[in-house]
Amino acid sequence: MYANLSPLHEPRSFLTKYVWCQDHKVIAIQYSLTAIAVGVIGVVLSNLMRLQLGFPGRFAFIDANHYYQFVTMHGMIMVIYLLTALFLGGFGNYLIPLMIGARDMVFPYLNMMSYWVYQLAVWVLIASFFVPGGPTGAGWTLYPPQAILPGTPGVEWGIVLMLVSLAIFIVATTMGGLNYVTTVLQARTEGMTLMRMPLTVWGIFVATILALLAFPALLVSAIMMLLDRLLQTSFFMPSVVSMGAQLQHNGGSPLLFQHLFWFFGHPEVYIVALPAFGIVSDLISVHARKSIFGYRNMVWAIVAIGGLSLVVWAHHMYVAGMNPYFGFFFATTTLIIAVPTAIKVYNWLLTLWRGDLHLTVPMLFAIGFISTFVIGGLTGLFLGNVSVDIPLSNTYFVVAHFHMVMGVSPILVVFGGLYHWYPKITGRMLNDGLGKFHFWVTFVGTYAIYFPMHYLGVLGMPRRYYAYDNYQFIPASAQTLNAAITVVAILVGLAQLVFLFNLAWSLFKGRRAGANPWRAASLEWQTPDTPPVHGNWGATLPIVYRGAYAYSVPGAAQDFVPQNAPPDAAFDEPGDIRQSVKGTQT
Amino acid sequence: MALAIALFLITVVAVLFQFLSPWWLTPLASNWRQMDDTLTITLVVTGIFFVGINLFLVYVLLRYRHRKGRRAAYEPVNRKLERWLLLGTTLAIVLLLAPGLFVYAEYLKTPRDALVVEVLGQQWQWRYRFPGQDHKLGQTDTRFITSDNPFGIDPADPNGQGNILIDNNELHLPINRPVKMLLRSRDVLHDFFVPPFRARMNMVPGMVTTFWFTPTKAGRYEVVCAQLCGIGHSNMRGYVVVEDDASFASWLKTQPTFAQTMAKNGAGGDALATQGKLLAQAKGCIACHTVDGNAGVGPTWKGLYGKTETMADGSTALVDEAYLKAFIRNPTARVVKGYAPIMPKIDLTDQEVAELIAYIKANASAGQPGTATQKPGV
Repeated sequence: MYANLSPLHEPRSFLTKYVWCQDHKVIAIQYSLTAIAVGVIGVVLSNLMRLQLGFPGRFAFIDANHYYQFVTMHGMIMVIYLLTALFLGGFGNYLIPLMIGARDMVFPYLNMMSYWVYQLAVWVLIASFFVPGGPTGAGWTLYPPQAILPGTPGVEWGIVLMLVSLAIFIVATTMGGLNYVTTVLQARTEGMTLMRMPLTVWGIFVATILALLAFPALLVSAIMMLLDRLLQTSFFMPSVVSMGAQLQHNGGSPLLFQHLFWFFGHPEVYIVALPAFGIVSDLISVHARKSIFGYRNMVWAIVAIGGLSLVVWAHHMYVAGMNPYFGFFFATTTLIIAVPTAIKVYNWLLTLWRGDLHLTVPMLFAIGFISTFVIGGLTGLFLGNVSVDIPLSNTYFVVAHFHMVMGVSPILVVFGGLYHWYPKITGRMLNDGLGKFHFWVTFVGTYAIYFPMHYLGVLGMPRRYYAYDNYQFIPASAQTLNAAITVVAILVGLAQLVFLFNLAWSLFKGRRAGANPWRAASLEWQTPDTPPVHGNWGATLPIVYRGAYAYSVPGAAQDFVPQNAPPDAAFDEPGDIRQSVKGTQT
Repeated sequence: MALAIALFLITVVAVLFQFLSPWWLTPLASNWRQMDDTLTITLVVTGIFFVGINLFLVYVLLRYRHRKGRRAAYEPVNRKLERWLLLGTTLAIVLLLAPGLFVYAEYLKTPRDALVVEVLGQQWQWRYRFPGQDHKLGQTDTRFITSDNPFGIDPADPNGQGNILIDNNELHLPINRPVKMLLRSRDVLHDFFVPPFRARMNMVPGMVTTFWFTPTKAGRYEVVCAQLCGIGHSNMRGYVVVEDDASFASWLKTQPTFAQTMAKNGAGGDALATQGKLLAQAKGCIACHTVDGNAGVGPTWKGLYGKTETMADGSTALVDEAYLKAFIRNPTARVVKGYAPIMPKIDLTDQEVAELIAYIKANASAGQPGTATQKPGV
């Protein structure tokens, strides 16, 4: 078996240990720190954009050009360079081998390459801030023809660097993705059947498959748009008169780009959401000391959502001008996806029900996630239902919806996950008081920011407006609300500094954690060393006897039974856990 | 405990917000009451789930919080419960989806007798075209677009000659008559959206998109562009005036046909200023500079000539011919206070610069009156 081979890439020097490192745990930390660093830029950009919306014209340096550049770069950074990279490259890298009992990813060198290529993509992205004309301001959707025509900021170099950076990023994701999928399929330790894997692994596994299927659509659209921009081809460019000048393009289709973009873009939502679903399931189960409710259905729900997410893309295009009869099909598939999603929500709730809830910081974030995800998911039923969507599309309702469902909710899970696994990664606990402060400001703050935004959208306020001067149908009170939202957004932004401080401070001063501070059953907490050393498992690989959620099992000595505890040792009476309980309750 | 209270308060505040917030749908002014109804159905159904789930969380947090000696129940699965939940959710989803699809089917059924209007989008302005007496719209193509022929109507197509052209941002429509909107764009994506009408559609260069509605309330409504179209996006303003048949007919009568505008332009133009106006449109100047006194990305041209401008460095300058000429030739050399140095340098002949200046001069005092005001919520 591959998994039993001792690792051949033992680090020998500082350089191979921390820089050109092939250990999945170090790569995970590299990925995470880079993603968090660009995330900080993303937060700053969002606050700058909020300054203009809250206090229009007060800050002279935020002109229309800059505003659209901030909007665009904020969106792209958060969706791609922060969330995708952090969930797959960060959490995926760290947790997959540890949770399935492997010594490392199956392709360690490829794994290292994936990170460095990702970093290159980030540098190309950052470089676009410093080229003539600045970064692109086409909106993160980069819709042509506008993205490559004058009248849009960054049409000179910004858009070129953006597309190149995306292409590089996709190379990195593909290298990482092949690795994660192969590792899950090939490197599971003895006894770790697919149906015993923690839901975190399931979420990341299915998300990675989606990434491998969806990102190529973005790659081809990026390349085609580059050709349109640099070589005057006409993949997406019809004949147009731009700023009074007749252009040479002819025969291309702007709608084709939108189909390709959303063929990637909608699975992308689930590339971010599925790992979050998986992680939050684990957090809830551990901190409620209760077996996840309906594990089998949770797995199938993840698989079903992943599958359906490939056939709903055009719900982003109900009013795009595509054949209107598509609307029937895509509205139906979109609302069907609500069923497996609702099952997940019910099962989280039923896991909490009759549990033993320890309101630790990770648990606070997990429960906060349920609430924000519910509102984000429910507003999706407005936008997914084609005739309800028509008046709401491209208004602030959309902004509120997707921030709640794929901004705030996954980020709450990221925070919960970091508070949860930090002790395993560093051997020390994050500070509890600072963590609670961070949770309360972030959770209540994001509700205050996004909840009222839905109402501005129902009113009809279009999104991506630099200013709303002299629009009579928008009452003055909307501006007051926008100012209030801006103030809260800045406070929430500042609160993230407390989190960063906590990450750094606890590394040296945090309470020592021990091997398994949360008394968790899954495999990553059962490593012989904390933090786990290279090769993860010492001399022999663990053998798995049960699923990852044996909490409060009747007859067990403790309220959790580790996955690798031999049956005889874990129970007062010997016997397999499934024989001894059979779904009955105490 | 704190989290239980917080979630409870969030639920209460959310429900109160729904009833007390001053921000809600603009009063409906079209036939699409059904769209509002499906919105209400969705709101009620999802509202029940929102309140129910959050209150369940509150209950669970209060009841099952960790206490000393407490041990969680062991119930990894409950097939029966899961089956009921699946069934209930599926039912709720069908309840939401079915009315939505019925309304959408209506949305696709354009009435046969609908009045046909074409909207043409361009960075960052609207134009409108009505068919002539023969109810036909002439063929268009971008290669026919000139400053004289902004719609790009084929001069050789007899169907185009009688088309009535509205070369400004205000469209008039008769009340209670279905309208079929044909949407075109010359450059990038736009979206013709009048919130009180609910109906809308993107405008895509290279194709004609369409939607229909029946205006049911007289008034003057604002058009917003609802698809990002560049830096002037938020300033792409338009108006729709809904009025009785007689007023509409007399308004339409005063609008020129394509043949008339071509004949007038063919006469050579009576002044430099007329040429300047066309040039300002063709070169995109008017995207940033209004002539109605409203602020744009750049200073309005209304009353600009002869005014003393304050520059970003604090100095002042009298706007005269020399100033304008220098500014157009080298737009970023000096910057007017309050504006960004974003004006592009456009290659113009001396003749063209003179035409532009003549047009700016013509707007010095007169210009068009500022846009009439509209009451909030109308």
